[in-house]
Amino acid sequence: MHVEQISIFIENKSGRLAEVTRILGEAGVNIRALSLADTSDFGILRLIVNDREKAKTFLKEKGFTVSKTDVVAVEVPDRPGGLSSILQTLDNEKINVEYMYAFVERCGENAVIIFRFDETDKAIKALLANGFNVLEGERLYSM
Amino acid sequence: MMFNEEFETLPRQALEALQLKRLQLMLERVYANVPFYRTAFEGAGVRPSDIGSLQDLQRLPFTTKQNMRDSYPYALFAAPLEDIVRIHASSGTTGKPTVVGYTQRDIEMWSELMARSLAAASANKGDIIHNAYGYGLFTGGLGAHYGAERLGASVIPISGGNTKRQIMIMQDFGSTILTCTPSYALFMAEEARTEGIDFRNLKLRVGIFGAEPWSEAMRDELEDKLNITALDIYGLSEIMGPGVAQECFQGKSGLHIWEDHFIPEIINPETCEVVPEGTKGELVITTITKQGIPLVRYRTRDITSITYEPCICGRTHARIARLSGRSDDMIIIRGVNVFPSQIESILVGIEGVEPHYLLIIDRQDNLDTLEVQVEVDEHLFSDEVKVLQTLSLKIEKTIKEVLGVTSKVKLVEPRTIQRSEGKATRVIDKRKLL
Repeated sequence: MHVEQISIFIENKSGRLAEVTRILGEAGVNIRALSLADTSDFGILRLIVNDREKAKTFLKEKGFTVSKTDVVAVEVPDRPGGLSSILQTLDNEKINVEYMYAFVERCGENAVIIFRFDETDKAIKALLANGFNVLEGERLYSM
Repeated sequence: MMFNEEFETLPRQALEALQLKRLQLMLERVYANVPFYRTAFEGAGVRPSDIGSLQDLQRLPFTTKQNMRDSYPYALFAAPLEDIVRIHASSGTTGKPTVVGYTQRDIEMWSELMARSLAAASANKGDIIHNAYGYGLFTGGLGAHYGAERLGASVIPISGGNTKRQIMIMQDFGSTILTCTPSYALFMAEEARTEGIDFRNLKLRVGIFGAEPWSEAMRDELEDKLNITALDIYGLSEIMGPGVAQECFQGKSGLHIWEDHFIPEIINPETCEVVPEGTKGELVITTITKQGIPLVRYRTRDITSITYEPCICGRTHARIARLSGRSDDMIIIRGVNVFPSQIESILVGIEGVEPHYLLIIDRQDNLDTLEVQVEVDEHLFSDEVKVLQTLSLKIEKTIKEVLGVTSKVKLVEPRTIQRSEGKATRVIDKRKLL
């Protein structure tokens, strides 16, 4: 149920983001979802890609600092209050969300939310117990 | 006006005879009381009785900051602790400071030399001395303070910081002489201007600036913006503190080093040979009257030159030129001595590994800034912003606590910092000082 995300450290200067996407493009790596956290000095680019190992190898070769993190992908019903019900469940279980980002499935009707939790396994258990659809990593990578 | 005309104008021959006599007495004392010196002299095959002329000084070994560190805290003291009345310290390279102890007579000697320095800068009993050097373990504040009292001037012990209050007091109290780092003086003048106060209209007439390197261009700027005469003072805690040498008001060309208490030499820092008069090199000082911690041929690492030409002020003591650099990697940031190795040990202490780092020193609005660039490798990296921000803050906080310097940590991508063959470039000093 874990989804592997790769995170890349990016200095806050022009052209760095373009450089990352160029490297991934040349390596034939497809980006499924992304989020960029930025501060005044640096950014952290978080990606879900179809080929993590390839992405990591190519980026590291070019001198980027890359790490892998386990995140959780949850399908959200595409209706008002959909996300709220998930967050309510997490709050009831006292599970912290470190960060999250969303994307819409290509052919599906639902949105997918990527969560980074402080306690990943506990979160997955709670979500499943409450009937939410937690997506397998493979489904996302090959989407 | 001279504070001690007899000694300040002593004919060279008499001055040198006095130096030799005091040197011999000091050498006997350290040989008898300080095991470090006994071992060092024996290693060089010299006994104090072999020193029959000032030239013979060159037969003695040097003393270095490393020797002081190895003797932490008291092993270099030549006087028993019960005779020590004051202890100061300056920052060391690995967290341990270098410690200096003063006997009552040392404090009196220091007060007199600082009083001489102030008087050489034209200060007198009628002056109000605004002393914005830091008080505390650092010798600047108390050194200037005791000298001002000895001179009989009124001293305002305001210490550093709280610029608004500094400006108010300077204005309301009618300060006539300002003692602080040159960059802080310029900073205060700028701050005052934003509050509608023109420093040129204050009663200030002289500034005595030191504790960091500065240039003739900065002198022009200070004199223009503050409407004062700006003079250079030199000192270091190992030798005594401020007042080792002082530029005189009349000559304004080189700093008189008080030779009845210190013997200066200029050496080539590579070969350690004494260089001819007027040649640039590293200043080496032997203290010949200090009791607490006398130093024999102490390598200051400061680059200057010396002249024995008579000065128009009438003082016979030699003059050293404005400092033009260091023979080691020490950098001075807002008057605080910093070695790159100190930052390195802080980084290692926080992360357990030695990251690649680069120090960038600049001057903005007349204040020195320190940026510490740290490369984020996989060991340091996190996908969470707060983890990286906490790391930056922790490094900044530790640098402030250990070194007393405010810094800005900037996390950079790996290999941003240039690697050079052999020694890595660790410091980029953008201040165009000299």
